[in-house]
Amino acid sequence: MSAYVVRRVISMIILLLLLTLVVFILFSLLPADPARLTCGKGCTPEVLEANRHKLGLDLPVIQQYWEFMKGLFVGRIYAADSPDPVVCNAPCLGYSFKRGEEVLVLIKDRLPATIWLALGAFILWLAAGISLGIYAALRRGRWQDKTVMGISLAGYSLPSFFLGLMAIFFIVIRLQLLPYPAYVSPFENPIQFFQTMLLPWIVLAILYAAFYMRLTRNQMLEVLGEDYIRTARAKGLPERVVIRKHALRAGLTPIVTAAGLDLAGLLGGAIITESIFSLPGLGSLAVNSVNDADLPVIVGITLVTATFIIVANLVVDLLYAVIDPRVRLV
Amino acid sequence: MAKAALIESPAALTGSEVASRSLRQIVWTRLRRDKLAMVCLFILIALYLIAIFAPVICGLLGVDPYSFDKESISDSGGGPVGTWGGISTEHPLGVEWGTGRDIFAQLLYGLRISLLIATTATILTVFFGTVLGIISGYAGGKTDAVIGRTMDLILAFPFLLIILAMSGVLTQRLTALGVPDGNPSRITYLIIVLSIFGWPYLARIVRGQVLSVREREFVEASIAMGASRYRILFKEILPNLWAPILVYATLTLPTYVGTEAALSFLGVGVLPPDTSFGGMLGNSVSYFSVVPSYLFIPGVVLVVLVVTFNLVGDAVRDALDPRAGRV
Repeated sequence: MSAYVVRRVISMIILLLLLTLVVFILFSLLPADPARLTCGKGCTPEVLEANRHKLGLDLPVIQQYWEFMKGLFVGRIYAADSPDPVVCNAPCLGYSFKRGEEVLVLIKDRLPATIWLALGAFILWLAAGISLGIYAALRRGRWQDKTVMGISLAGYSLPSFFLGLMAIFFIVIRLQLLPYPAYVSPFENPIQFFQTMLLPWIVLAILYAAFYMRLTRNQMLEVLGEDYIRTARAKGLPERVVIRKHALRAGLTPIVTAAGLDLAGLLGGAIITESIFSLPGLGSLAVNSVNDADLPVIVGITLVTATFIIVANLVVDLLYAVIDPRVRLV
Repeated sequence: MAKAALIESPAALTGSEVASRSLRQIVWTRLRRDKLAMVCLFILIALYLIAIFAPVICGLLGVDPYSFDKESISDSGGGPVGTWGGISTEHPLGVEWGTGRDIFAQLLYGLRISLLIATTATILTVFFGTVLGIISGYAGGKTDAVIGRTMDLILAFPFLLIILAMSGVLTQRLTALGVPDGNPSRITYLIIVLSIFGWPYLARIVRGQVLSVREREFVEASIAMGASRYRILFKEILPNLWAPILVYATLTLPTYVGTEAALSFLGVGVLPPDTSFGGMLGNSVSYFSVVPSYLFIPGVVLVVLVVTFNLVGDAVRDALDPRAGRV
């Protein structure tokens, strides 16, 4: 097991390094010139060139990549030889000259909204998806099963942006049940926080719950067809025990995998939901940065998100072995 | 030859007509029994025909998505004259804010673009996913490792963000490569990125299947008979993989319709005067509190499209499921 973990961590690090490199190469194709943003009105080509040099943008991509990696571990100083250098402490994910802020600070500022959104939706969709999925599996072929599967089909056929806009239209504009979304921290104003987050949570959860209903139902049906379930029933165990102790444990392990990966993906920002409900999370920061061509921020968010996904992959695999004793990690 | 002889021999022995049914026949028989699926299939065919013949239909109805109609919008503010976004005999679904362009015609042309992007991207995804999955599963070793790590890498990317961030540059690159400027290159861009981020999912499924199929006797037999690598991969192994591939393809199409709409909503898709569902929904954001039909008309059409595709996809999956008969 520990050898497995070491091997996985090493390959994870390699994957992350590769990913950073690919992101760098991809974004070096972009015409956006970060130097331009440091050089305000009355910019001359000479000043621009000097700024580009200060920022290290005149270096080849591979060398920029090297500088970036070095910044991650030991920090870096932009424009070191100028009168006003910009210090970016380790771990330095870059510096946004557009916003005059370290990328890491920007991401940290936006992370809470994203985490709240992801966690709330996660709890909702797991509760709804798994319970309805189990219910449908136990009523297989009957109208209850068909209803749940119908709900699931509707859920994943509704594009989340349409769903979000409809929610705003009906609940906020027409019925005025909730105020217009305006994010505040839950520690500042919990009531406004819940009023703002309720719709985004539901909208985001519906999409995922739809998938989880199906996944859970199929898993449960698979497990309920196994021999050991028949054995348990033949032993005369009450159906409740058969379902809870025998079927659920085996049936729900694959759902742990899916849930872990989906949660990690969401921690990188739910771009559409955040944009529609104007939540100040990573997703809307990403969209704004794309519109501003604010390259360092885009690179930073891409890397942070990818890291979440890759780490979650490992955690989920390890967790899987803990939950399911049949899984051996070699 | 060998396979055909084996299948035919029992029938020859008993003298009765125990004809083997091909996968296509089995699926088609089962699908025909599924009434809902058949209705959806007809709706889909109708939608494709409508998309293909959109200019003809618009011509017959006397509407056109590009021409401005200043009469149908008010002089002050540019809002549509009349109720429900300016629905009238001239404009069956109303007109656009500010320009007076016909919504119905825009919908038909939007359907064209959505179907074009989703269908082409699905074909490309299936092609690359299948080919790379088969190669990865059959070759094993280094080839498998390289393809596998590439898939990991692609799957780790926050694809929506990358697609958004790269759209400007890559569209320009496509133009430089000779794709006509403007919307043709924006459409090409969407098709390419959807396929790039889509193929690994299928390739994984195919690879898993190949791992088991390649151990079967008929593969060994054809190796023994000296069949070429190409023949083994695509004539012996591939026919055994059609079921998962078909299921994946039918369920990918609606996903791509939705993703394309989401991307157009975020501003990556086609630019005016052309439009797509996502673009129309994106435009509706500024007006829907006043003119709700801007939100609901494209939204409902989009949902109908996706639901129909999904229902057909589900039916195909059920028809291909070997255990379906037991339930």
